[in-house]
Amino acid sequence: MSENVSHRFDRLPATEAERDVEGRPTREAVLTFWAERFGIDPETFAAYTFWERGNGKIWAFTGDLETPVDIEALGMSFMRTRQEHWKPTTEAVQRFGPRADRNVIHLDREAAERFLAGEDQQLEWDGDWGYLVVTHDIAGGPEPIGVGLYVHGELRSQIPKGRRRDFSGE
Amino acid sequence: MDALSRYEPIVDDFEAFLSACERPLPPVVRVNTIKTTIERARRGLEAAGIELDPVEWHPGLFRLPEDQPGANWPYTHGWIHGQEEVSAVPATVLDPQPGERVWDATAAPGSKTTQLAALMDDRGLLVATDNNMGRLSALRSNTERLGVTNVAVTNEDARNHSLKPFGGEDYDRALVDVPCSCEGTIRKNPDTLEEWSLGHVEGIAGVQKGILSRAIQATREDGTVVYSTCTFAPEENEGVLDHVLDTENCRLVEFELPLEYQDGVIEWQDETFDSQVERAKRIYPHHNDTGGFFVAKLEVTG
Ligand SMILES: C[S@@+](CC[C@H](N)C(=O)[O-])C[C@H]1O[C@@H](n2cnc3c(N)ncnc32)[C@H](O)[C@@H]1O
Repeated sequence: MSENVSHRFDRLPATEAERDVEGRPTREAVLTFWAERFGIDPETFAAYTFWERGNGKIWAFTGDLETPVDIEALGMSFMRTRQEHWKPTTEAVQRFGPRADRNVIHLDREAAERFLAGEDQQLEWDGDWGYLVVTHDIAGGPEPIGVGLYVHGELRSQIPKGRRRDFSGE
Repeated sequence: MDALSRYEPIVDDFEAFLSACERPLPPVVRVNTIKTTIERARRGLEAAGIELDPVEWHPGLFRLPEDQPGANWPYTHGWIHGQEEVSAVPATVLDPQPGERVWDATAAPGSKTTQLAALMDDRGLLVATDNNMGRLSALRSNTERLGVTNVAVTNEDARNHSLKPFGGEDYDRALVDVPCSCEGTIRKNPDTLEEWSLGHVEGIAGVQKGILSRAIQATREDGTVVYSTCTFAPEENEGVLDHVLDTENCRLVEFELPLEYQDGVIEWQDETFDSQVERAKRIYPHHNDTGGFFVAKLEVTG
């Protein structure tokens, strides 16, 4: 087995059989995660390649390059697979979340504002615990804002610090 | 404004030019069609109580006479990006197509990178290079917020750009939006000209020649390179084009622009440039009530 090299991008192996770095997720497992957790058809990602840089930080890139690639960034940061529960990034959920049909929690405007400000809030939810796509209505339809962690009757905002905004005073 | 007085011989209406340079500019946003439609972005902005005016020549741009672009839901969703109106010109002139290989040679903070990605429908390969790491992190946060997935970012001097990570194959198109003396941004940054010196202009022209040369070399035969600056100085504009026409395999081509402009200048002080530089376009602040800009389209011939 080889080691993970932290500064460069390595393409995810297609399947377990092709894996040569311990603990690296496979493309197959990534597609299964999005399909099972959020109901997003694996076809959505047919043109994408997935890359790991740093332990468990997965990036999505349209197109393909010869692996490994030693550059600053490749496509979009897509998910984290280091912990037991895999976690999509805000960017990935905003970009691909409109296709999700399960584990999606829809907020009214006031709750959406609190979520965007980074607040945790008590909410009713009879679905699974864990990471959810959080949406609200804007310009005539629902739109994903980011990722929330639902546990113990509480929706915990996972909006990164730099992307939080407080619109409540407006 | 003293630095501007040397342009009196080349500007069509110098009084109007000077007085436009003193007026501030309204913020402008570009709709990010990777994540939404123009119509939905417009509705989102209106629902947020933001006044907006259309921009005649480009349906995806809105002027916001009363507001800043950053503090609203459409921004949060990556539907809009604050970008000066005239800075949306070069990407439309380059006109990259979905699936092509494109290089943005001096890309940070990524206003044009994200616009190129949208024009490419977020497909193909878009390599974005800058030598300034701090500015690259601003580019990264823009590409992420706008949901761009076809971009590959490199931190290097564009003059030594390596095609190796990208299979060594030449690009179909390149955008060369070089560092410059920024005279044309005076309406946004009134202090711009305080540091002005001819030495600086001449020094930066050397860098511009190096970057443009590399872009021409890295682009395939019949491929397109667009060169742009936000400055008026002919040393950084026609002078740079004159240099590459001499040293690289390329020619300047005509192009349409739905804005008012003046042709590139052939005579400047005691210099005469290659007559092809006339095909470049000078956009002055009084022409369309924008910032100042310079843009040229080149075809690679070998
Ligand atoms: C006019 S700005 C580019 C603006 C950008 N195209 C946009 O639309 O957001 C010029 C950029 O060139 C970068 N730069 C300066 N010298 C460079 C070099 N030798 N190689 C690569 N980038 C360089 C600067 O750091 C700066 O970000």
